Amino acid sequence: MTDLVEQDVAAVTPSPSPSSSPAKSRLRSEAFARRLRARHAAERRFRLAGAAAVALAALILVLLLGSIVAKGASAFLETRIRLEVTLDPAEVADRNYTALLRRALYAQFPQVTDRAGRRVLNDLLSSGAPYELEAMVARDPALVGTTRTVWVRADDQIDQLVKGGYRRDLPESERGLSDAKVAATDALLASGALAQGFNTTLFTAGDSREPEQAGIGGAIVGSLLTLLVTMALSVPVGISAAVYLEEFAPKNRWTDLIEVNINNLAAVPSIIFGLLGLAVFLGFFGMPRSAPLVGGLVMALMTLPVIIIASRVALKAVPPSIREAALGIGASPLQTVLHHVLPLAMPGILTGTIIGMARALGETAPLLMIGMVAFIVDIPHGLTDSATVLPVQIYMWADSPERAFTERTSAAILILLGVLILLNGAAVILRKIFERRW
Amino acid sequence: MSIKSGIPGQLKLRPRADRQTDRAAAAALPAKMTARGVKVFYGAKQALKGIDLDIQENRVLALIGPSGCGKSTFLRCLNRMNDTIEGCRVEGRIALDGEDVYGKAVDAVQLRARVGMVFQKPNPFPKSIYDNVAYGPRIHGLASGRDELDEVVQTSLKRAGLWAEVKDRLREPGTSLSGGQQQRLCIARAIAVSPEVILMDEPCSALDPIATAHIEELIDELRANYTIVIVTHNMQQAARVSQRTAFFHLGEMVECDDTEEIFTNPRDERTQGYITGRYG
Ligand SMILES: Nc1ncnc2c1ncn2[C@@H]1O[C@H](COP(=O)(O)OP(=O)(O)O)[C@@H](O)[C@H]1O
Ligand SMILES: [Mg+2]
Repeated sequence: MTDLVEQDVAAVTPSPSPSSSPAKSRLRSEAFARRLRARHAAERRFRLAGAAAVALAALILVLLLGSIVAKGASAFLETRIRLEVTLDPAEVADRNYTALLRRALYAQFPQVTDRAGRRVLNDLLSSGAPYELEAMVARDPALVGTTRTVWVRADDQIDQLVKGGYRRDLPESERGLSDAKVAATDALLASGALAQGFNTTLFTAGDSREPEQAGIGGAIVGSLLTLLVTMALSVPVGISAAVYLEEFAPKNRWTDLIEVNINNLAAVPSIIFGLLGLAVFLGFFGMPRSAPLVGGLVMALMTLPVIIIASRVALKAVPPSIREAALGIGASPLQTVLHHVLPLAMPGILTGTIIGMARALGETAPLLMIGMVAFIVDIPHGLTDSATVLPVQIYMWADSPERAFTERTSAAILILLGVLILLNGAAVILRKIFERRW
Repeated sequence: MSIKSGIPGQLKLRPRADRQTDRAAAAALPAKMTARGVKVFYGAKQALKGIDLDIQENRVLALIGPSGCGKSTFLRCLNRMNDTIEGCRVEGRIALDGEDVYGKAVDAVQLRARVGMVFQKPNPFPKSIYDNVAYGPRIHGLASGRDELDEVVQTSLKRAGLWAEVKDRLREPGTSLSGGQQQRLCIARAIAVSPEVILMDEPCSALDPIATAHIEELIDELRANYTIVIVTHNMQQAARVSQRTAFFHLGEMVECDDTEEIFTNPRDERTQGYITGRYG
């Protein structure tokens, strides 16, 4: 290597611009200092306004939750009466459990012998109490012929009286509860024959005309079945649609039209979906009324646009460089999506899905249209059984005049809120898990 | 080749007579890929106006030229990455080993396995270092069994000059590496599928000088096994790593010649203007 030819090929160095002194002095002038103070003040005002807005929102939330908890907390307790029941084989054979219970109750009030007094005593017991006793005997037939201490549900008026729902200082006519019942309740309380325990009925029972026998068990199962149908339908369809539109479909007038329509669909009032369900699923396909299957289908139609939009946003957020990287080493477009893009978009898709599900869980209007607003005592066992859902149950109870139903309405709202919070918590946890994988 | 000393501002060239004989020999080398009359349109806008270019086997071809002149566009024609761009249309003929890559017999997916690509910004998958390299062999079924895959990953990382730095942390995410390491990981990922041609689009523009020197050294070593096309804005880099250089200007290929020739004796005054820094 001789005769080296050397050549400078890059000699471009930008000349540094000299700092101008007039600008410097302007930065130190009094006017500038004033403007600076004004800027800081503006920033402080803005922060204050922001903090105030947050505080207001927090206050409203606390008020809302506070009032619901105050009204609903007592519904998680129920009042029971202690009775010494002698399970007379003859009466058991006749399934006359009411008589057995009443006999035991009369024994605690030996001084009451007249018909009117006994009727007051009869009303202390829940009309569901004989069934409780029957179930007890069915579980353990050896009980027949013995005398046992049992705790059976009290009537809802007694329950409310014990919980302080009636004002004792009011005269009988304004109180809504007779003096005789108050006296009898007080007597039971004094003898320790009345006690409060956790209200399992609220969670296990279906709806009932008697508040003390009513529960949201049926509504919860109905909600679960409905959500199951919704999820099974809207999640795969929604994600597939989003992936197709975002990753594969050509961008032309048709896909633009579809996009606009999906966005519009997301803004359609939910009751319209109910009308559609009524006309199409019930009217045309002849599906059963009040069924979780139909409810789920309607909800799926409603949540589909939400899921598609959220999924598309999540897919859009995946950097194009990831797609290029995969395509660049010879992954097919489908492999690129399944192996790289979709996993990266999953947290966003999940969040969208759970928000959609939460919306479906809290929705009432479309279900009213397809008859899921019926009074249903039995707990549904399948997708075509008559059922109601949690928010509809709340809506129906809120209509009932009994004090005990008001309390249960709030309790059911608390439970619904709890489930929604759990769902959102699950969304956060799932996101964390997915994010940790990378 | 060791890391070049200092910031390289100067180009060392050999005597003119030697270069002329080399040139004659070079022109006779077989072409791995050929482009004939390649025109590319983005919608109505024409980005390439008929490019004729030969890419010779086991050599490094540098594409230089001002921004927007169509270097990346041309590069992306070679492995049909332009297929993924909406509204992009390619005319003309591009052949790999004599076979038209836009022909019916060629599948774009298979082509991209044969013609790998390294991008401007390091883009490792947000997966482990191991999975980044193993992904290509996995989808193409290039390794049967765990051991063979481990082997492929190891050789690829070694070839990319990254093995020593990552051999104890193969399970850590590829994104946790430094920029220069990430780019070498991307190179390892590309060579793990044993491509015949590697396309690099300004692979060092996001890297610091030391990482750049690493990559340049690597390109020189890879030349033995692969045919390489590199787009660069850095004239010294083109001079250091390439044997042939093509100068692009406004969608045209102005001239293509031995690198030494281009830098010392450009035929076109646009080339001369560009390499002497008058514009670009
Ligand atoms: N996806 C695209 N859509 C439309 N025009 C593009 C696209 N990519 C590149 N172009 C245009 O094509 C021309 C060449 O671009 P490119 O190949 O990226 O240039 P270079 O890599 O040489 O800087 C430019 O004018 C650019 O604006
Ligand atoms: Mg470019």
